[in-house]
Amino acid sequence: MNTQGRKTHVDALGVEGGGAASAAAGTISGNRALMLEEPLIFEQDSPGTTGVDLPKPPAVKSRLGAVRERGRIGLPGLSEPEVIRHYTRLSQKNFAIDSGLYPLGSCTMKHNPRLNEKLARLPGFSDIHPLQPERTVQGALELIDTLAHWLKTLTGMPAVAMSPAAGAHGELCGMMSIRAAIEDRDGSTSRRRRVLVPESAHGTNPATAAACGFTVDAIPADATGRVDVEALKAKLGDDVAAIMLTNPNTCGLFERDIVEIAEAVHAAGAYFYCDGANFNAIVGRVRPADLGIDAMHINLHKTFSTPHGGGGPGSGPVVLSDALAKFVPLPYVVHGPDGFSLVESGADEDSSGKEFGRLKGFHGQMGMFVRALAYILSHGADGLRQVASDAVLNANYVMASLGDVMTPSFEGPCMHEALFDDRFLKGTGVTTLDFAKAMIDEGYHPMTMYFPLVVHGAFLIEPTETESKQSLDAFIRVMRGLAERAKSGDADHFLGAPRMTPRRRLDETGAARKPVLRWVPEVERREAAE
Amino acid sequence: MRYLPLTEADRRSMLATIGVPSVDSLFRDVPESARLAAPIEGLAPHAGEMEVERMIAGMAAKNVAAGSVPSFLGAGAYRHHVPAAVDHLIQRGEFLTSYTPYQPEVTQGTLQYLFEFQTQVALITGMDVANASLYDGATSCAEAVMMANRVTRRSRAVLSGGLHPHYRDVTATNARFHGFEVVAAPADAEGKEDLAALVDDKTSCVVVQNPGFFGQVRDLTDLAAAVHAKGALLIVAVAEVVSLGLLTPPGEMGADIVVAEGQSIGNALNFGGPYVGLFATRDKYVRHMPGRLTGQTVDAEGRRGWVLTLSTREQHIRREKATSNICTNSGLCALAFTIHMSLLGEEGFGRLARINHAKAVQLADRLDALKGVEVVSDSFFNEFAVRLKKPAAKVVNKLAKAGILGGVPVSRLYPGDEALADLLLVAATETNTDADMDALASGLKEALS
Repeated sequence: MNTQGRKTHVDALGVEGGGAASAAAGTISGNRALMLEEPLIFEQDSPGTTGVDLPKPPAVKSRLGAVRERGRIGLPGLSEPEVIRHYTRLSQKNFAIDSGLYPLGSCTMKHNPRLNEKLARLPGFSDIHPLQPERTVQGALELIDTLAHWLKTLTGMPAVAMSPAAGAHGELCGMMSIRAAIEDRDGSTSRRRRVLVPESAHGTNPATAAACGFTVDAIPADATGRVDVEALKAKLGDDVAAIMLTNPNTCGLFERDIVEIAEAVHAAGAYFYCDGANFNAIVGRVRPADLGIDAMHINLHKTFSTPHGGGGPGSGPVVLSDALAKFVPLPYVVHGPDGFSLVESGADEDSSGKEFGRLKGFHGQMGMFVRALAYILSHGADGLRQVASDAVLNANYVMASLGDVMTPSFEGPCMHEALFDDRFLKGTGVTTLDFAKAMIDEGYHPMTMYFPLVVHGAFLIEPTETESKQSLDAFIRVMRGLAERAKSGDADHFLGAPRMTPRRRLDETGAARKPVLRWVPEVERREAAE
Repeated sequence: MRYLPLTEADRRSMLATIGVPSVDSLFRDVPESARLAAPIEGLAPHAGEMEVERMIAGMAAKNVAAGSVPSFLGAGAYRHHVPAAVDHLIQRGEFLTSYTPYQPEVTQGTLQYLFEFQTQVALITGMDVANASLYDGATSCAEAVMMANRVTRRSRAVLSGGLHPHYRDVTATNARFHGFEVVAAPADAEGKEDLAALVDDKTSCVVVQNPGFFGQVRDLTDLAAAVHAKGALLIVAVAEVVSLGLLTPPGEMGADIVVAEGQSIGNALNFGGPYVGLFATRDKYVRHMPGRLTGQTVDAEGRRGWVLTLSTREQHIRREKATSNICTNSGLCALAFTIHMSLLGEEGFGRLARINHAKAVQLADRLDALKGVEVVSDSFFNEFAVRLKKPAAKVVNKLAKAGILGGVPVSRLYPGDEALADLLLVAATETNTDADMDALASGLKEALS
């Protein structure tokens, strides 16, 4: 089928249309052995077919009031085997942590244990309704409370808000908490409007501060890749609400002056938000409370290994200091003499009256809580400490093993990710992007590129603690080989990469210029054109 | 610690390569006062697979699974049958353990299913375009209001009294901190509100749920016209997405943005999450839309492929000027939605919706015949409100003791509102049998006597 006006594979082969650009596949179908071309589900329609057996609806008198029944929707009809083949084939076009090393810096792609999947699917968790009577969900509330206990103890913080649905949602929650605390303390935030955010921060940090009604003021980095403490102090004043800092930071470094920063921030009457995306580098070895932090979100998928399914779901509980402990979203779990219960509204007798409302529907990402707790219990206090040690050891090993052929951006030690930049490619005609695409042909997912922005052409490599030495050595060998190849003048190898993937480099500019964001049937497109 | 592959010998040799005596010395940038010398106290040591399973399964066993008893709970989360193929496919490691598709050449699988998801959502809502999902229905609703504020450059949102209270709360929380006004109409159990009367020239949008929180389904065409006449947008929220298999879609009624909770298709109840927020709009508003988008393009050989696109709206480029701070979606839940929807197809989706409606009609007739029970909703899809002669929360607790999850007392979501204390929301889906309905009818009779 060729409903999108694209070249067919036959065209591409030159068999029909003479498209000499590619004879890569050399097959009639365009398939390459196990790598199969797969049309959209909409292009496989057999009208009237369905993949589910549903009984005939009972005959009743409709109660739809004044609303008409809808006409045809345009969904395709397929049988179950066809649907299974379609999505199996699509899956085969994906790189995943199950396929190999996924060194995407700051994303923390570590092994996802299947025990956690099994437990999250127990009907006692997956098949309970959020509005069942509390007496019928005591185990679920106990699980949330147990996970909360671990998060509080590991961070040394007295309180935690469990409901945020992702890391960035946790940031939002933490900044709302800060704003609510300032309003409570000062009567309003009309004076404290500024939030200081380092240049190296995740893009969500300034977006979050803005979404909370704050203005953003950037703090520069110093020559060592850390926040410039003097510049920060100079910006502090009684109009500053908070600082948002990532620690370990996005350059892979620990902010050495963090205690001094916290003291200065508090002395100015502001609060200290820490982006906890990189908590897995220090879990069990450093408690954020001991650094003077007031609020920090924890990406459960990163530190505690809940699978990320192509970009979500996540879960981002926020730990809070004493000063912020009451300023939490609803709902939350409390434990009393009669067992566990939920505080769902400010009218509840257990409410402190300081909560700031809901952040999402229902109680939080329960499925993620089960997985995270299973991961935590599997490691225990001793194992989580080892998690941080091995994550840091692996990153420093990569740094040390590549330091002579690539250019580390800053002096070590690094934490759980190693930052290089493109100075080693100078004069080769190869960019960071080209290098990344060549890694794909070698069987690796590329590292994070061009982030953090504070260095030019960044390579941010995060091996994580679930990689073995053998796996790292193989990766190092490939990276060294590519670096040497680039320096030897073989730029063409990089510019043409990747060559072995289901698709070669894709035209992203064209995609943005004339966005095609959904499939449209051939007939409609023809009509639209006429 | 079976997930950590390094041996002691590996660690020694790696430390030698790095040139440091111990792992501790790699933590030398941490202020000495904050360095912990030993595992944190008050936490258990690591446990084996068997022990962890026992501990967590023990907690699961203390809950009453909705599928193990007659269950009629709804109010924004619905128990539907999910075909076995769905969970099997989403557990394929290539889907399950993949990240955001930043490298399109090796993530065409994820990108293609997101493109299919966007198309399915646009089709069922009757809109032009959809994004690749947000956190859940309630957060989609709040994002839609903020988008309407951007589009209209106004900052006053009118929320229907038939909008799910959580959607209202989440929107109000964002309003408080983001700095816009929310006018929430009083709870509208009878379906009598006049929303158009609340719209003024500062109003950016009207948000209305269909079917409403109390069950009513309505034709929104006139409301859309009235809202548009005043320069505002109509946002339609759909808390039960299965209804779109039967009802005129919001797009055909004039909606500008449609948000929905997609949990019903492909996803389990999960005690409230993770769920999947759907978000669809008109072509002309695409660049104002929050969240991730997959677009079609071609590769270097001219072959069709997919990439993430229009990211110039997003936080990693626009920072404090971004359309939203969201940087993730509900990818795996969206995949489950897409697979289930593909299995249903045109035929199955319509049939599923019809069965849901028919079951609810049967149940409503059954309950209406009981003494002390009155069906309040004059129209509905698969959920309706009944007025009981006793406080609904008490009745529900009695039913739970008898092994029946008999619905959601409205007071759970509107605590303190005495006028609503007797209202019970009852939902029926394809999973409910005649025996379930018998159990609820006789349980209610007992509880009300």
